[in-house]
Amino acid sequence: MAGNGASSTPFIEIRDVSKYFGDFAAVDSVSLTIGKGELFSILGGSGCGKTTLLRMLAGFEVPTKGRILIDGVDITEMPPYERPVNMMFQSYAIFPHMTVEKNVAYGLEKEGIPREEIKRRVGEMLNMVQLGAFAARKPHQLSGGQRQRVALARALVKRPKVLLLDEPLAALDKKLRERTQFELMSIQYKLGITFVVVTHDQEEAMILSSRIAVMDKGRLIQVGTPKEVYEYPNCRFVADFIGNINMFEGTVVDVDGDRVRVNCKDAGGELVALSDSPPLAGSAVCVAVRPEKIFISQNEPENSEDTRLAGVVEDLGYFGNLSLYRIRLEGGRIVQVSAQNRRRSAERFLEWDDKVFISWRPRSAVLLTD
Amino acid sequence: MKPRSRFILSVLAFGYAFLYLPLASVIVYSFNDSRLATVWGGFSTRWYGELLDNDQVLDSAFLSLRIALTVATLATIFGTMAGMALSRFSRFRGRTLFSGMITSPMVMPEVITGLSLLLLFVSMQQLVGWPAQRGFGTITIAHTTFAMAYVAIIIQSRLSAMDESLEEAAMDLGGRPLRVVFDITLPLIAPAMIAGWLLAFTLSLDDLVISSFVSGPGASTLPMLIFSKVKLGVTPDINALATLIILFVSSGVLIAWWVSRRSQRQSA
Amino acid sequence: MSTAAGLRHDLLWQKVTIAIPYVWLLVYFLAPFAIILKISLADPVIAQPPFTPFFDSQGDITATSDNYSFLLTDKLYAVTYLKSVFMALVATLLCLALGFPMAYGIARADESTRNLLLLLIVLPFWISFLLRVYAWMGLLNNYGVINNVLMWLNVIDKPIAFMYTDFAIYVGLVYSYLPFMVLPLYATLERMDLDLVEAAQDLGARPSQAFWDVTWPLARPGVIAGCLLVFIPAMGEYVIPYLLGGPESLLIGRVLFDEFFVNRDWPLASAVAIVLLLILVVPIVFLQRSQARDAEGHA
Repeated sequence: MAGNGASSTPFIEIRDVSKYFGDFAAVDSVSLTIGKGELFSILGGSGCGKTTLLRMLAGFEVPTKGRILIDGVDITEMPPYERPVNMMFQSYAIFPHMTVEKNVAYGLEKEGIPREEIKRRVGEMLNMVQLGAFAARKPHQLSGGQRQRVALARALVKRPKVLLLDEPLAALDKKLRERTQFELMSIQYKLGITFVVVTHDQEEAMILSSRIAVMDKGRLIQVGTPKEVYEYPNCRFVADFIGNINMFEGTVVDVDGDRVRVNCKDAGGELVALSDSPPLAGSAVCVAVRPEKIFISQNEPENSEDTRLAGVVEDLGYFGNLSLYRIRLEGGRIVQVSAQNRRRSAERFLEWDDKVFISWRPRSAVLLTD
Repeated sequence: MKPRSRFILSVLAFGYAFLYLPLASVIVYSFNDSRLATVWGGFSTRWYGELLDNDQVLDSAFLSLRIALTVATLATIFGTMAGMALSRFSRFRGRTLFSGMITSPMVMPEVITGLSLLLLFVSMQQLVGWPAQRGFGTITIAHTTFAMAYVAIIIQSRLSAMDESLEEAAMDLGGRPLRVVFDITLPLIAPAMIAGWLLAFTLSLDDLVISSFVSGPGASTLPMLIFSKVKLGVTPDINALATLIILFVSSGVLIAWWVSRRSQRQSA
Repeated sequence: MSTAAGLRHDLLWQKVTIAIPYVWLLVYFLAPFAIILKISLADPVIAQPPFTPFFDSQGDITATSDNYSFLLTDKLYAVTYLKSVFMALVATLLCLALGFPMAYGIARADESTRNLLLLLIVLPFWISFLLRVYAWMGLLNNYGVINNVLMWLNVIDKPIAFMYTDFAIYVGLVYSYLPFMVLPLYATLERMDLDLVEAAQDLGARPSQAFWDVTWPLARPGVIAGCLLVFIPAMGEYVIPYLLGGPESLLIGRVLFDEFFVNRDWPLASAVAIVLLLILVVPIVFLQRSQARDAEGHA
């Protein structure tokens, strides 16, 4: 589903948008285009500006500067009630004094749609989110998951051009969250509506999205498919924010084509990484390697292309499908390594204080300069 | 959505002006030298001086203070008991009547409370010869009855906002229930008790209608004295008295607010 | 000490804690109503106390419904009750019209200003009620501040007679009871989830529609509580009609007071009080219900 619309024509255009609250730049010169039918996530920690950006798309905040266009129409200053955009609130914001049916019908009533049609569309929508039997209930009689679906139905029934979702899964427990993720994706696929999701949960963003925008301190840091953002982070922040990663700070020793050798004191050896735009020798860089990209063995690996380092097992954790190791290198620093438990064995492969070697291929490592 | 529209702002401004301009005008006119309260005759503090020479005013103020101190203390004790009974003790017989009697005095029109209490005192005097005369004692009883209701509500809401597991923990650690009340519950609701005491004190000091009913000859509280003067119109010495009360109360409330805000910030 | 004895001891102090305020209220709050009811069924006599005893010397009951039939037949009382209800209602609506936007503005202000604004609403509570009414006498007088200012501005050339009119009573009632309206309204508005209003606008409601569809219905508990808290005491008000209203402004609280102190007709005053209480029973019970529901909602 990742390919769904990722390459289509711009549908939402955010042009150099900033939002200031007093002197504080909540959103700082963000430019972004989102294609029609995309399931696009804006990912970042709290206070990174993602919610402010979403609220400017919804019309609750007006940008201090910049323009926002949807489907070619400038909506920068259009009030929320005139926008072809609907939002699913983090709190769900279900009207407590109205039944489920009334909640879902509310938006259509404000459009002045005939009663008959409202009834039909609300019924269809409630069936789609599997709440047909709950139409007459009041919100306080619903579970968390059901309330989430009411909020979704209420926003979708208006057939918006864009659906905004503010932390859509944050209020659900883990099991329900996993199920709902896939429901959201299939509804989005079925209706073809552009979804813009704001989330702080990188796992959620990875699973749901066709593309992800990572934000920090009001700025857009990186935009790409989940794979791009995970495998090719463009800076230390993104590498660190998404997934687990080992980061080795060091200085470039020499550059041979796209091969860069980096000296890292606390790793106790030289590291090799590939780079399209290699830095100059002597400059400070960071070599980042994901734990699952590292091999672990008790015999010294032979391939001389690879980075090889020696250490001892400091700590290990068994997670069933995989095991996580913390290896203390000779230089003193700790490296996280994860390994699939492919073999079924009562005995552990490695124990505490075992001497081990870790290694990785040059193209498994990412060279970060900022 | 604009957080505050121009309409809301102007209503707020009007509302606060409406609440405070009358008080401001009383304060200004208390410094008016002219005996005619409405004609400005130059700045003077002579009405304050006359106020302090007026034995009638001082006597009734003293009586009001004595009553208010007694009422506040009694009402805090009874009200705390009632508030604890309502929020901490499980079901007991007559609980519904009890909670009804706690909340009713607050909404009962004063003329009805005053009249009914006076008739009670008169009937009791006929039956058992007590109270022999009406004054300090009867006013205190009347005020305590309605003031304890306010205290009980304050205590009750404080207790229901408070985590009962604190008391359970204390009992778990070996505290006997009555010991726990004194070691844990009362210290924790002390701020609410102080607030209740102050409210009861103010309510008692402020009351005119109920006092007028249950008081006897010769016992005149400060509001009763003020009312008898005010009936005849605006007088500069009442302006001076009102100014003293307004300034005293406002500075007390503002200081209390400032202190509580500071302690909140420190604990935050 | 054995556990059983300990428990009995614990139950004893609980009983005492309940009993003291309970008995106090039975004697000084509930019993007086029985007495008022009894005296309202007595005849007035010129004696001390000025009413006939409930039991005569033979021990027979001497109840009479004369006072009530007098209240019902004499037009003055019916008119007074109706006028009291009317004026209390109008004052309540005026308080609501002024209090709702104020409470709304306070609830939506940022936190530090909000606390100060709230304090300024509560502060007049602590200042003598009587003196606050008195302050208006100085403003509304023929030679009072308002007339002086208006004449100085050449808006009028003769003082307007504000004092001793229904207008002055309304001013006094709204002024005195406005905080009772603002505080419960503020409490509900402040609790309200602002996302709901935004959600309504997101779904296509203009701000005014969002107000009537969402804010107003959700503020209803506060509106009801505030209205009752103003209406009930305003109905029995004595000081305001006495000081600001004219001699004709016969509101029921004042009639009761005068019947008692001026005419010394204790039985009739009692009957007036009982009828007033009957009128107020419905709103009082309603208020207690809504407050109990509110307290449960918090827990």
